Amino acid sequence: MIQAVDLSKKYGGNTVLNIEELNIPKGECFGLVGNNGAGKTTLFNLILDLIRPSSGYVLSKETRVDQSEAWKSFTTAYIDESFIIGYLTPEEYFNFLGNLRGISAARVEEELTPFKALFGDEVLGQKKYIRDLSKGNQKKVGVVAAFLGAPELVILDEPFANLDPTTQIRLKNYLKEVHLNGATTLLISSHDLTHITEVCERIVALNKGVVVKDLKTSEETLKELETYFSV
Amino acid sequence: MKTIRQFLYLEWNAFKRSPTFETNLAIKILMGFVALYFIAVFLALGVGVFFIAKDVGAEDPLVWVNKFMIYYLAADLFMRYSMQKMPITRIKQLLLTPLHKNQIIRFSLLKTSFSFFNIIHLFFLIPFSVVLIAHDYSIFGVLSWFLGVFMLILSSNYLNVFVNSSDKTFYIAAAIYVILGLSQYLEYFDITIYTAPFFNELFEHLYFLIFPMGLMFFMRLRAVRFFTNHMFLDTGLSQKEESVRNIDFDFLKRLGSLGNLLTNDMRMILRNKRPKQAVIAGIAFLFYGLLFYTGSIEAYESPMMKMFAGIFVTGGFLFMFGSYVPSWDSAYYPLLMTQNLSYKEYLKSKWALVVFAVILSTIISSFYLFISLEAFGYILAGGFFNLGLNAYLVIFSGAFVKVPVDLTSGKKPFGDSQAMNAKTMLLSLPKILFPVGVYALGYYTVGNWFGITLLILLSLLGLLFHNKILDALVKLYNREKYDTLASYTKN
Repeated sequence: MIQAVDLSKKYGGNTVLNIEELNIPKGECFGLVGNNGAGKTTLFNLILDLIRPSSGYVLSKETRVDQSEAWKSFTTAYIDESFIIGYLTPEEYFNFLGNLRGISAARVEEELTPFKALFGDEVLGQKKYIRDLSKGNQKKVGVVAAFLGAPELVILDEPFANLDPTTQIRLKNYLKEVHLNGATTLLISSHDLTHITEVCERIVALNKGVVVKDLKTSEETLKELETYFSV
Repeated sequence: MKTIRQFLYLEWNAFKRSPTFETNLAIKILMGFVALYFIAVFLALGVGVFFIAKDVGAEDPLVWVNKFMIYYLAADLFMRYSMQKMPITRIKQLLLTPLHKNQIIRFSLLKTSFSFFNIIHLFFLIPFSVVLIAHDYSIFGVLSWFLGVFMLILSSNYLNVFVNSSDKTFYIAAAIYVILGLSQYLEYFDITIYTAPFFNELFEHLYFLIFPMGLMFFMRLRAVRFFTNHMFLDTGLSQKEESVRNIDFDFLKRLGSLGNLLTNDMRMILRNKRPKQAVIAGIAFLFYGLLFYTGSIEAYESPMMKMFAGIFVTGGFLFMFGSYVPSWDSAYYPLLMTQNLSYKEYLKSKWALVVFAVILSTIISSFYLFISLEAFGYILAGGFFNLGLNAYLVIFSGAFVKVPVDLTSGKKPFGDSQAMNAKTMLLSLPKILFPVGVYALGYYTVGNWFGITLLILLSLLGLLFHNKILDALVKLYNREKYDTLASYTKN
């Protein structure tokens, strides 16, 4: 699904990401961990063609993301607040994105049903603009929107941060469910090692822009990561 | 003393590191010129108004100036309201520091006193006072008048602190202002008959100073009280929550994905302060032509000036809104760049919005037909040019603006990169000068109507190559994409 080839990103003389090769097969649930400044968001931004690589390129379904806009039709993401539109109500926002992804308002409504519990009663039908929602609720809106329209590739940067415990658990279960269906490739970064090892089948750890661990998730993975990061 | 120093340290860094100053040198210089220009205008007015008054046959220039003083003060309040930034912004961070709340308030108010909006008046008041004294007016009288007027200006300054958050007050005040001005112009009712004596008294009797002084202290007290009451996170320092205003744009739904994007733009315009101001400015420009086509101002009589107006009458929205495409979407640009939305669709929707506004403006402007056929000729040519070429040109130059727009804030200080972006102004020049040049070419070779025909033909050419131009724009936007994204996410 995603291939990074000789990919690097430099700011000034500072290399923030340097990946020789990284393959993410279709349907994989890919977890990315690393301390601040490890290059997680940089990698996601490169896959989404939001920043220009200093060298190398990213292939999404065998097409270079910086040379074609084809990837936009099957990719969604929630990286940060710049992925929500503050002056819309959550419903308008979902419908706006749904329309871009070619699904009807009725379909949007249908696809939102599994998230009703996740939203509680603070998001839908509130007659509130997204900018007036709490940070946590804004995040819920952004993350949920990334699943509308059956995308093949979903990229989430720290989806658990800022969420309340109940929502974290619900989101975790939802992600597992999506993964089991097998049609969606998930790219998730997180600082919460427990959550990510529970959800993802493969964990890559970055340190200063370099891949330092590439693990298939097993019983020992959490321990191994904890040992690595406790230094 | 120490706290003052620390406040100043914060302010200095805020000033030094503000985005305006991080832009390049050329723009800094240009901004300097703009400030100098306003200073020069006020200075010239201050020195010259005495002689202007004599020129129009006023017996006593001071009395003549006093007659208009109420409008001067009202205009000041009006400008302040729409442009002066309130010092609320940096208070939040200070709340938890070991500073007395009174100190924070006092400093914040003191800061507003040194605002450009107060200082600028000194450039008018001081030279005028000096000229008065030089012409044998009593020193004490002039001094008393000067202090009185300046205290009134400071009163406005404090007033603005606590009415700033109310839009309703603003529109009501603006309406009263316009009505009073009109009724004076039409000699229906003259408010200055009642207000002028007050300013005259300031000169005649020193004790009259009590009134402006009282007003100033009263306003300051109110401002302090306003701050004290609003120093909590859930009152003054937080953004007000608005109720959702929903207008269905069903007619747009029929346009498919273009309609979807346009619906979003309409919501963006209706629900945010800055774009709404752009629309209001666009509407105001519709009447701009009245100055040019009614023969009321002699300097505007030349055909070039009339053509210039034609561009503006139909292009108000195009310039005020279009010049900031795609910056309006800066807050969520990364979202748009990753959706199932090609650059071409995106740019096309912006083009459609601007074109729609131009067509609407041109239709509304048909009332100029009542003035003269000639006037409407200019407007039609301007409309065509805006439609056929300027609509692309604003999108073209938008690729280079790269200044994020904070949608929610409507009030930014003078010279802030958002209130008046010098770069945008520079980029706007060719859009006005070029069509005037083309018209001039036609006007001087054959005549007025040939100039107008030339412009219309040129515009049709633009429409003919619609797709080609759009493709070229897409290429440009793709090239600039990363830089644009970087500059939007920097702040």
